[in-house]
Amino acid sequence: MSKQGKMDCGRRNLIVATAAVGGAGAVAALVPFVSSLLPSERAKASGAPVEVDISKLEPGQMMTVEWRGKPVWIINRTKEMLDTLPKLAEQVADPKSEKQQQPAYAKNETRSVKPEIMVVIGICTHLGCSPSSKFKVGAEEGMGADWLGGFLCPCHGSTFDFAGRVFKAKPAPTNLEVPPHAYLADTRIIIGEEKKGA
Amino acid sequence: MAGGTFEKYKSDGSLAGNLLEWVDARFPATSMWRGHLSEYYAPKNFNFWYFFGSLALLVLVIQIVTGIFLVMHYKPDASLNANGVPIAFASVEYIMRDVPGGWIIRYLHSTGASAFFIVVYLHMFRGLLYGSYRKPRELIWLFGVGIFLVLMGEAFFGYLLPWGQMSYWGAQVIVNLFGAIPVIGNDLSILIRGDFVVGDATLNRFFSFHVIAFPLVLIGLIAAHILALHETGSNNPDGVEIKALKDEHGIPLDGIPFHPYYTVKDIVGVTVFLMVFSIFMFFMPEGGGYFLERPNFYPADPLKTPPHIAPVWYFTPYYSILRAMVWNFFGLDAKFWGVVAMGASVVIFAFLPWLDRSPVKSIRYRGPLTKVMIAIFVVCFFILGYLGTLSPSPTGEIISQICTVFYFGFFLTMPWWSRMDKFKPVPDRVTMKK
Amino acid sequence: MKKFLIALLFAPLTAFAAGAALHLDKWPGAVSDKAALQNGAKLFVNYCMNCHGASFMRYKNLLDLGLSEQQVKENLMFTSDKIGDLMRVAARPDEQKQWFGAAPPDLTVIARARGSADGSGADWLYTYLRSFYRDEARPTGWNNVIFANVGMPHALYGLQGYQTLNHDTHKLELVKPGQMAPAEFDKTVSDLVGFLVWMGEPQQEFRETLGYFVLAFLALLFVVAYALKKEYWKDIH
Repeated sequence: MSKQGKMDCGRRNLIVATAAVGGAGAVAALVPFVSSLLPSERAKASGAPVEVDISKLEPGQMMTVEWRGKPVWIINRTKEMLDTLPKLAEQVADPKSEKQQQPAYAKNETRSVKPEIMVVIGICTHLGCSPSSKFKVGAEEGMGADWLGGFLCPCHGSTFDFAGRVFKAKPAPTNLEVPPHAYLADTRIIIGEEKKGA
Repeated sequence: MAGGTFEKYKSDGSLAGNLLEWVDARFPATSMWRGHLSEYYAPKNFNFWYFFGSLALLVLVIQIVTGIFLVMHYKPDASLNANGVPIAFASVEYIMRDVPGGWIIRYLHSTGASAFFIVVYLHMFRGLLYGSYRKPRELIWLFGVGIFLVLMGEAFFGYLLPWGQMSYWGAQVIVNLFGAIPVIGNDLSILIRGDFVVGDATLNRFFSFHVIAFPLVLIGLIAAHILALHETGSNNPDGVEIKALKDEHGIPLDGIPFHPYYTVKDIVGVTVFLMVFSIFMFFMPEGGGYFLERPNFYPADPLKTPPHIAPVWYFTPYYSILRAMVWNFFGLDAKFWGVVAMGASVVIFAFLPWLDRSPVKSIRYRGPLTKVMIAIFVVCFFILGYLGTLSPSPTGEIISQICTVFYFGFFLTMPWWSRMDKFKPVPDRVTMKK
Repeated sequence: MKKFLIALLFAPLTAFAAGAALHLDKWPGAVSDKAALQNGAKLFVNYCMNCHGASFMRYKNLLDLGLSEQQVKENLMFTSDKIGDLMRVAARPDEQKQWFGAAPPDLTVIARARGSADGSGADWLYTYLRSFYRDEARPTGWNNVIFANVGMPHALYGLQGYQTLNHDTHKLELVKPGQMAPAEFDKTVSDLVGFLVWMGEPQQEFRETLGYFVLAFLALLFVVAYALKKEYWKDIH
């Protein structure tokens, strides 16, 4: 054993073959264990699409619904709010929503299907805190005097406008994510599904 | 060679070599490797029976790994969910259906439980055949009996967790056995259950024992078992002490390094074992109703005992012995003696090293008397095991009583018959099959 | 001695072989028959789920039977509107306990629970569902040959018609035919049982398929491992 310097070629090949086959088997055996860590059918079922009635959402108001355990904001934007968006194009990092943070139908100036109704996941793209709303213009809510309204993440200070676009030079790398959603009727939205199946 | 001194590793100058030298100066890395594997000299004549030690270790690893993942999803809760099903029972079906890959993990664990006992029984039988418990290996055997006892406890606690009918009533019956102990019995069974019937408190403490307390003790005993083995060296099918004859380097003439010779051999054994294991796991995971008993697919119902309850197969020999005791002695009732007999039937294994008075170890050099006695013992063990799966009956009772007498007779008369036999001369060197 | 041992070994077998075994009809179906399973699912939802739940199953699992989400939603979902939901019974178990004395058991794994030495769970269910007979002494008006004094009435009465038990021959006799001819009814029950068997373990076919792959892999590993062992052990004499 101590003098196995001259290991012949056949033996070496067999060691490699056994290690390769055994190793492949070990990796395959990992599959059920790793996949058991993924969301179960129960988790997926509770992450099923959510239907929301927005008929009572007044202009300028925001409501929060839960989808897959995350807060989804629905904001009925006033004309004033919408008017801030073009003005901020220079200040936000991704004004044209080039990064894949929204479905194709929300890749527009307002990042929404209907201009006034914004549907967005209220989770900061930096480290996952939920930003707070700072809708008042100016310094009234502790923001700068030039603040036009939007959101502030309390954890690391990222700011977002009324379309969930992140301002430049902030920790959050991308705009807030727009979830897949669709209108079942004029005031009924389904979140988590592009269009209703049945 | 374990416990011997090995030189510290000297680096060859490479980065990996330097790292190993650094570690080896602070941790017995190479000396452990050499003492327990590459320079642990095992007899070269190991046969089929010698696979089961390493296989037991493999099954232990399977049980621990699958157990860790099952605990992530299982809930020890006896209360009913909105559908009127106990949460513990529902969480097992949740693992089987909703958790991705969960059914594989669960079947690995449930098949592994039975596999553990099959492997351990064969491992113990090997010891019986070749006198592996004889001097100087008594302590290895005692640690082994300890492992067996803990394993039985582990299996018993684990069996309650699915919270099916068999889980529930099996636990009910076994815990009530403690009630047979005079004076303190009744209070003792309440203390074990934590309730007046098997209930949520019982389920939670059994869960705790199953996932942490007993596995810890088990691992400790297994470490002691292996350390003791590597201190004395392995026995072999010839029962020859290979350390008696050494070459000029102090290496046993009939010894070969465990690594690589027995590692490559054990890989083959592991592969064959996994094939048999897979046949059960993938094609008959219920093991014909023996691995997963059918009534256990009903949730536990404290108001309704299933028509026929039987322990899992690996407990049935002892269960038969329990049922075989139907007489009152010394003013104590049969129930008590049943419990005593059942306990004794397991603990009696521990006395083997001192009951066996044969001048030779291995059955290869022992005469017909030993072979007949072992054959009777094995037959009785199987019959008891089989009867334990059946409902009680008058015929079964008499047969189990006869077998119980033979079972204990095997051990208790061993000091005589083991000496009376005809013996063949034991060679100096081990024999290899050509 | 040997004779005695052999006698001892077989004594229990002969002693118990004569035990009161239940005669069960063999279930004629197969879990691989998807069309039968689809029919079984429909029967289960229509006839069983009024009282029994299958609370470990999700409607989504029914997609594995080759049904589309739309088909499941329109034809099979009565207790829920979400495809990911569990197949719960419409009534609440605690209320049922008040009505019937005991809550009807959940049927998800009933086919696995009903197996015994007499036959598989499928055989038991196939026999049971065809063995109801009129018995005015029972509160429900029904009794069953293999489940004496069963609490459940004959749910498939309309399909089978009703039978009585001839106490001399111990045979069931069809007194009043139902909507189905006996052979048609047997097929219907067989489909329903097939669904129950499938539901007991929906991945059972995949499990076996995977088993063949695992065995094939282990056979390959055995070949190389055995060659490696031979290679090393050629030095040992």
